[in-house]
This record gives sequence, C-alpha cells and structure tokens, in this order.
Amino acid sequence: MSGHEQFAENLALHALGSLEGEERLALEKHLQECASCRRELESLRGDLALLSLSTAGPKPPARSRERLMAALAREPRRGTTAPPRRSWWVLAPSLAAAALVLLAIFLMRQNSALRQQIAGMDYDAVAQQVELRRAREIVSTLTANDAMRVTLVAAKTPPQPQGKAIYVRDRSSLIFIASNMPAAPPEKAYELWLIPTSGAPIPAGVFRPDAHGSATVVNPPLPAGIEAKAFAITIEPEAGSTTPTMPVVMLGAGE
Amino acid sequence: MAPAQPRVGLSDAALVSAIRSGKESAMAELYDRYSAVVYSVSLRVLGDTGAAEDVLQEVFLQLWRNPDWFDSSRGNLAPWLAVIARNRSIDVLRKRRPESAVEDVLLSVEPDMAGDADRAMAMTKVRSVLGGMPPAQRSALEMAYFEGLSHSEISAKTGEPLGTVKTRIRTGLLTLRKAFET
Repeated sequence: MSGHEQFAENLALHALGSLEGEERLALEKHLQECASCRRELESLRGDLALLSLSTAGPKPPARSRERLMAALAREPRRGTTAPPRRSWWVLAPSLAAAALVLLAIFLMRQNSALRQQIAGMDYDAVAQQVELRRAREIVSTLTANDAMRVTLVAAKTPPQPQGKAIYVRDRSSLIFIASNMPAAPPEKAYELWLIPTSGAPIPAGVFRPDAHGSATVVNPPLPAGIEAKAFAITIEPEAGSTTPTMPVVMLGAGE
Repeated sequence: MAPAQPRVGLSDAALVSAIRSGKESAMAELYDRYSAVVYSVSLRVLGDTGAAEDVLQEVFLQLWRNPDWFDSSRGNLAPWLAVIARNRSIDVLRKRRPESAVEDVLLSVEPDMAGDADRAMAMTKVRSVLGGMPPAQRSALEMAYFEGLSHSEISAKTGEPLGTVKTRIRTGLLTLRKAFET
C-alpha cells in the first residue's frame, strides 16, 4: 500500500460500489494520480471475484442458453468481411459529398430558373410602369386644374360652350372635356349621356363646370361594348338621373 | 450438462475476438464456460431464479454488444463476469439503473479461473477461508458483497462502529487474497 493507508479501507468500499459523496470524490481524485492505489483497487476487485466463487454450484436452466442464442439472432448482424456499421460510416462522407453536389446542382438550376422568371417579371413590370406613367400623364394633362384649356374657333366669333368626348367602345373608356360652359342652375348639374345605336340613352357622368366654365369627366361607369352614335348633355338634379330630362343643351354625333 | 472437465479450446481472448466478428458459436462457447459463474452469483444476490436468469441474459448480451469492454490482456473472463454479474444483480435488487460503467471494471486476480477444474479448486479454497473467518467478519463481507449493503447500513444493522465494519471488510478481502498467494 506504500503510504496510502488513509485510502486503504475506502478502496475496499469503492470496489464494492458503496462509497459515496465526498469520500468517493476524494478517492477518485487520488486514483487519477496514484498508480499504486489503482492497482490495489484492481486487486480488491479480484478478491471480490474470488468471493463470488463461494456461490458456485447452481447452473442455469437449458432454456437460458436457447433464449440467449435467440436474442443474438435478433441482434444487428456484424461480420469480418463487411461490417455494416463500419462500411456505412466509411462511405458516409462520400455519400454526404455526393448528396451536397446533387443538391447544389438542383439549387443552381432552380436559382437560374427563378432568375429568368424574375427577369421576365421585371421586364413586364417596367413595361407596365412605362405605360401607366404615359396614361397618367395624359389623364393629368387632360384633367389638371391648372391646365390651360384653349378652344379655337373662327375669328371674331364669341366663345361658345363646347364639349369633346373621346370614347373607345372596346374598353368602355370615355374622356369628356368641356369648356366655356355657363354655370349650372342652383341644385342642378350637367349630365352627359351616351346615345347608343339602339336603345335608351345611358348616363355617362354628372359634372359642374369650374369658374372658367371648364369640366372633365374621366371614365364614368359604363356597360361594356356599347356602340355609341352620339353624346348629349342635359341639366339634371345634382345627384343625376337615369333618364335624360329635356331639353338637350348640347349634342354631338360621332364622325 | 456435461461433467466438469479441463477444456482444451480457444482462449477467452480468442473467443472475444471472434465475438467482435459476429461469430455466434464463439458466444455459445463462452456461455458454456461461464454461464454457471454468472448465474450462481446472481441467484445468490437475488434469491430468485427468474431474476437471476434475466441478469444472466443481460450480462451476456452486453458482452456480445460490447466485446471491447473486456480487456483480454488482463486474464480470463470468469472473475470479470462474476463482478459484473454481482454489480448488476445489486442494481436489480435495489431497483436502480446500472450504476457503474462496465468498461471501468478492471480487476486482477491471482488464480486462473478459466477451466472448470481451476474454478472448482478455487471455490473449495474460498469456502474454506470463509469458514475460518471470525463470523462477524465473514458476515460483514457477505452483507457488503451479496446484499449490497453499505458500511453504514451494516453498522446500523449490527450495532458495530462504522470504523470496525470498514476494517472487517477490508481485512476479510485481504485474508482471501493471501490464501491464494503462493
């Protein structure tokens, strides 16, 4: 024991597995540093193994052997030529690398397709924005409050009320610009009518001219695809009417 | 069961090596050699044949799964299996999870216990040494080893001072060892 008597009894208890708490921690720490106590611990376990022999005699029933062999047959196989676990792990880095390459190719392709798709969308979006900007410019020019509206008439002719309707049937789109309009009577407004080639006049927007006699109607709600033969203006209540109230104050037919 | 006779087969180390390669016949050979050692210790601790069979099964299955736990450079399997079987049986007795890591159980022992005849001789000697011990010492040793009682529990049970119990256990083990020293 060479000077380690203080641990001698605890070594025996440790071999038995009954040493606990601080005593066990202190002994385990000492064992890490002391080879002679480690050897003594191994010898004490050998002594315990001898003690086990005092029990010799009883033999297990035959079924225990069968049970064990059956259990072994259910265990995962392992062999000398190709240990499955080991070969798998050896291959694992290659498999992982191959999987990564495939994944990278897949992602690159998908990335490229998405880029093309985005490029296409970008192009469409830009084209739409250009078109929209142009449309807005046109509409804002036509409808701007500060726009100078000049109606040219024959020289020496006093200014006359005038209206200009631009209608595109396929889009049901209508822009109407009026100038030199006298103010509408109190609680009254002008109403624009689309006169179709057949059927009753269709309301196409209510308006009141500004102080200069100018007014604009842009894209009033209209049924689709109506063929127009003329446009007319009447004076109606402010909220507008569903049928024109005579007389027609202005009228214009398509060219 | 065949009568005890000296075995002239592969060494334990060779059989454990064969187990690493998945040879079930090697496992069957080791079982035939040492199942009685494992079973008798477990039966002594647990006092129940069914529970002892379960521990027997578990110990050999663990050996099959982890053959490297046994350091074959340190002699044969018998003493190692005996200590592993005792520890596991105490765990079962105390209804606790396995406490000590099996691979940490390193031991060294003088007599060769590989053959049935060697073990039979050793058994006779051990029983003789135990029979010659003072009853209190033998009792303390057996309570600690086969019942898994701590020195405090033995002290409480016998009414003897803790230090006395500790000394008895260690002295008893050294007495056993000395009997096998040549």
